[in-house]
Amino acid sequence: MPVAHVTAIPSVAKSVGSTRIVLGEGIVNLLGNADLATDEERKLRREIVLRALEALATAGAATS
Amino acid sequence: MRVVHYINQFFGGLGGEEHANIPPEVRAGAVGPGRLLSQLLPDDAEVVATVICGDNYGAEHPNQVAATVAAQVRESHADLLLAGPCFQSGRYGIAAGAVCAAVQQELNVPSVAAMFQDNPGVDLYREHIYIVDSGDEVGRMRDVLARMALLGTKLVNGEDPGLPTDIGYFPRGLLRSQFVDKTAAERLTDMLLAKLRGQPYEPEVPIDAAAPTAPPLPVADLSKATVALVTDGGLVPNGNPDGIPLAFAKVWGAYGIAGKETLSPDEYDVSHGGYDNRPVRTDPHRLMPVDVLRDLEREGVIGRLHQEFLSTTGNLNPINNSRRMGREMAQRLMDAGVDAVILTST
Repeated sequence: MPVAHVTAIPSVAKSVGSTRIVLGEGIVNLLGNADLATDEERKLRREIVLRALEALATAGAATS
Repeated sequence: MRVVHYINQFFGGLGGEEHANIPPEVRAGAVGPGRLLSQLLPDDAEVVATVICGDNYGAEHPNQVAATVAAQVRESHADLLLAGPCFQSGRYGIAAGAVCAAVQQELNVPSVAAMFQDNPGVDLYREHIYIVDSGDEVGRMRDVLARMALLGTKLVNGEDPGLPTDIGYFPRGLLRSQFVDKTAAERLTDMLLAKLRGQPYEPEVPIDAAAPTAPPLPVADLSKATVALVTDGGLVPNGNPDGIPLAFAKVWGAYGIAGKETLSPDEYDVSHGGYDNRPVRTDPHRLMPVDVLRDLEREGVIGRLHQEFLSTTGNLNPINNSRRMGREMAQRLMDAGVDAVILTST
């Protein structure tokens, strides 16, 4: 089944063979940002999740 | 030195694919490649018995075959078990690995198999037993048997088997101390200079390379899909019910979120020693976006959010162990009818 891999370190995801990689915000704040206001942060999270969902509905890239 | 040899039905001369279902049979003395093996073993060594088993039977019933071989090793008062070479035959390799691992563990009798690097038996058993790299050419039989005999003899005599590259066996992932002339800084600088000059160099900590993965097909209709959340960021309910450690995790957990609109920081904790957990402890959604996925579920963007999330700690984890946990997680999600996964990695 398709997996969208949300990570702040895409090179590692690539090296282990992930086929749908979505860039997160940061390592400790992967789907958020503690410096933002609550509603702004939730908006940012929604954007990342929507990108992940888009990846799940898109043909993946073969890895080498 | 008394040796028991395990081979498949093909090398045992019983036949090809049509005989792949035969259960293990014991023959006195050496059979097939075992005859050559007898010549390559030290003078005082003897192949006292050969166990021949069909490839299908061996791969489907590895435990029964292992029990038969173990009984034979015990009965023969054998000092050593050799299995194969299996070359590329996956079924043969899986059975040979299971047989060697069981005999070594239950009887404490040294066991050596031989396989090609891509044989699935290598991945499954190389950390448990010595597996000589056979290459994929059956024509190299003599060389492979000679190395099996040499490694087996060393193990029986309690001698140092040497580094994997010495005799040519697959690294077992064991660490051992070694005296070297140069400090780490000097060795690292040497490697860097060699790399910059385009010269060959050997990394001291080899990084396991993952096999290429074919991308799974995309979800046809997200609005009908069940989407599950998985993380290696170590999010756990308070009290960490599965005892997921801060690093080197061998376990993972499944935690129910049915009916939860959000994840309260009062109910969750983080067990991960590889990143600053404070932002996630303050707001678990920064790792596990349940809040946003509930919105998207309500809006009909996705069919539904799966009723549990899976979690482990992806910190300092050997790739074989990660692979095993990944397989287990995938099985649980498939059994539950999940269509797609969002994996969040710290």
